[in-house]
Amino acid sequence: MISATDLQLTFGKGTPLENPALRGMSLTVNQGEFVTVIGSNGAGKSTFLNALAGEVLVDSGKIVVDNQDVTRLPTHKRANRVARVFQDPLAGTCENLSIEENLALAIKRGQSRGLTSAVKKQYMKQFRDSLSSLNLGLENRLGDKMGLLSGGQRQAVSLLMASLTPSSILLLDEHTAALDPKTARFVLELTEHIIATQQLTALMVTHSMKQALEVGSRTVMLHQGQVVFDISGKERDGLEVKDLLGLFEKQRGLQVDDDSLLLG
Amino acid sequence: MLSEIAFYGALETGLIYGLVAFGIYISFRVLDFPDLTVDGSFPLGAAVAAVLIMGGWNPWLATGMAIIAGMAAGAVTALLNVKLKILNLLASILTMIALYSVNLRIMGRPNVALLGEETVLTPWYELGLKFHQVPVLLFMVVAVVVLVLLWRFMKSETGLAMRATGANPRMARAQGIATGSMIVLGVALSNGLVGLAGALFAQSQGAADVTMGVGVIVIGLASLIGGEAVLTPSTVVRALIACIIGAIVYRLAIAFALNADALGLKAQDLNLITAVLVTLAIVLPGVRTKIAHRLTRKQA
Ligand SMILES: Nc1ncnc2c1ncn2[C@@H]1O[C@H](COP(=O)(O)OP(=O)(O)OP(=O)(O)O)[C@@H](O)[C@H]1O
Ligand SMILES: [Mg+2]
Repeated sequence: MISATDLQLTFGKGTPLENPALRGMSLTVNQGEFVTVIGSNGAGKSTFLNALAGEVLVDSGKIVVDNQDVTRLPTHKRANRVARVFQDPLAGTCENLSIEENLALAIKRGQSRGLTSAVKKQYMKQFRDSLSSLNLGLENRLGDKMGLLSGGQRQAVSLLMASLTPSSILLLDEHTAALDPKTARFVLELTEHIIATQQLTALMVTHSMKQALEVGSRTVMLHQGQVVFDISGKERDGLEVKDLLGLFEKQRGLQVDDDSLLLG
Repeated sequence: MLSEIAFYGALETGLIYGLVAFGIYISFRVLDFPDLTVDGSFPLGAAVAAVLIMGGWNPWLATGMAIIAGMAAGAVTALLNVKLKILNLLASILTMIALYSVNLRIMGRPNVALLGEETVLTPWYELGLKFHQVPVLLFMVVAVVVLVLLWRFMKSETGLAMRATGANPRMARAQGIATGSMIVLGVALSNGLVGLAGALFAQSQGAADVTMGVGVIVIGLASLIGGEAVLTPSTVVRALIACIIGAIVYRLAIAFALNADALGLKAQDLNLITAVLVTLAIVLPGVRTKIAHRLTRKQA
């Protein structure tokens, strides 16, 4: 379980460019939930995920992961519980390292690292099996440099890396946005498959409202650094994009057009 | 032609600068941390080893202390960057400048001569080799041992974490790697190797001098870049071998250049030649690919 309570975060505090990105953001995600997150540009989605991961520290509020208060911990001290896949396919892997070296880095996520050889024989079966589940033939290219792979392949490997070891939450920030539609669909299906088979708890940011409703078990919308609505279960079933827009307008008393939400 | 003594002399210094190039490979290539501390940690290693040897220490222990001193200097640079957020290049310049004073303090005067003292080389002279072959043999052994250790380290869990830190720090953090600690460890390791090189240099030259560090960074870079041009560094072990080859080729090239009377070069031109060579080595690969590009386009 992961819970964020009343998170406040202002970028550039005390400067003319002061920018409140999180303004009382609260959200609790239960074990096994798959939450999709939507919101217009600048709503604070990435900032929220960065705050959960530890990349930015909040000004106030509290973040608890599995009963441990992690609010003040830096990224690397949360990595044992928090796994993530970035939007940029180049960001989640090291291009100069081989596929097996990247996987070897990930299999030790959040654990101490010693002086024994990083790429161990006993990992090989797991590496091969998980790579072959992608059907990309990568299981025969373990020694190839990551940089030789396409964006979609790299993103698929990033997903595998995030799921090699158990985590309390998997953070996905528009991880299919930089891919062509076909590859994006492949990576999304892979995401659903991995989350379902490993029963992961996940938070996925997407710019597609349609996708947000089709995937996962719960949808939250952020606006100006807060949750404006949060739907799941029966209420969510059968909901359509236009209903979401209606909900948003009702909640905020605001007029929003399709453009500002960039729906897909 | 190069005399036999000049040839072995070039090999000897080449092997020492190979150690410097290892250090620069770690900072510049593995960590992407442009570190100029080496201009201070090279004479630091020399000073520590020379003073301790003069004080009656076992030369290998004195050399070990030189490594530790170099590591401490590197750690200072890295901590200035990691903890105090000073730009890496500037942090290293600060340490380098500070080391000038430190080195003078350690030696108590601008230079310390080691004539007649027992050094790491002394026992090897009894093997019956030619006088000028001894340092080459010993330094070759040292270089190979260091190469193998570094190679093993870079393949280890910690070494891989260090490589990830330099290549993609955000990803490294997300994998739970304390990137700040990795930078401190790596820059310390790098300068430890440079301290070792300084200690060996002082022992083979018979003196430590406070000015002997001037330009070491450029020579090390020349070796690194030259080696990479000769041997494409696609793997860690190739990159490490390239450091040694680059350093030896560089020293041989310098020896030939100084030896060729027609060129009219003198020892004091060394730094100028080095700077020109480094510039060429940095620019040439780009020029080469451009030419190749043009040629292939014409064919097409
Ligand atoms: N490092 C930063 N420094 C200053 N301002 C920032 C920083 N990161 C984000 N912001 C600002 O915080 C606000 C929220 O940004 P954030 O990236 O979280 O939005 P988002 O919901 O992810 O938007 P998008 O849909 O465009 O990805 C924006 O106004 C943004 O400009
Ligand atoms: Mg974003």
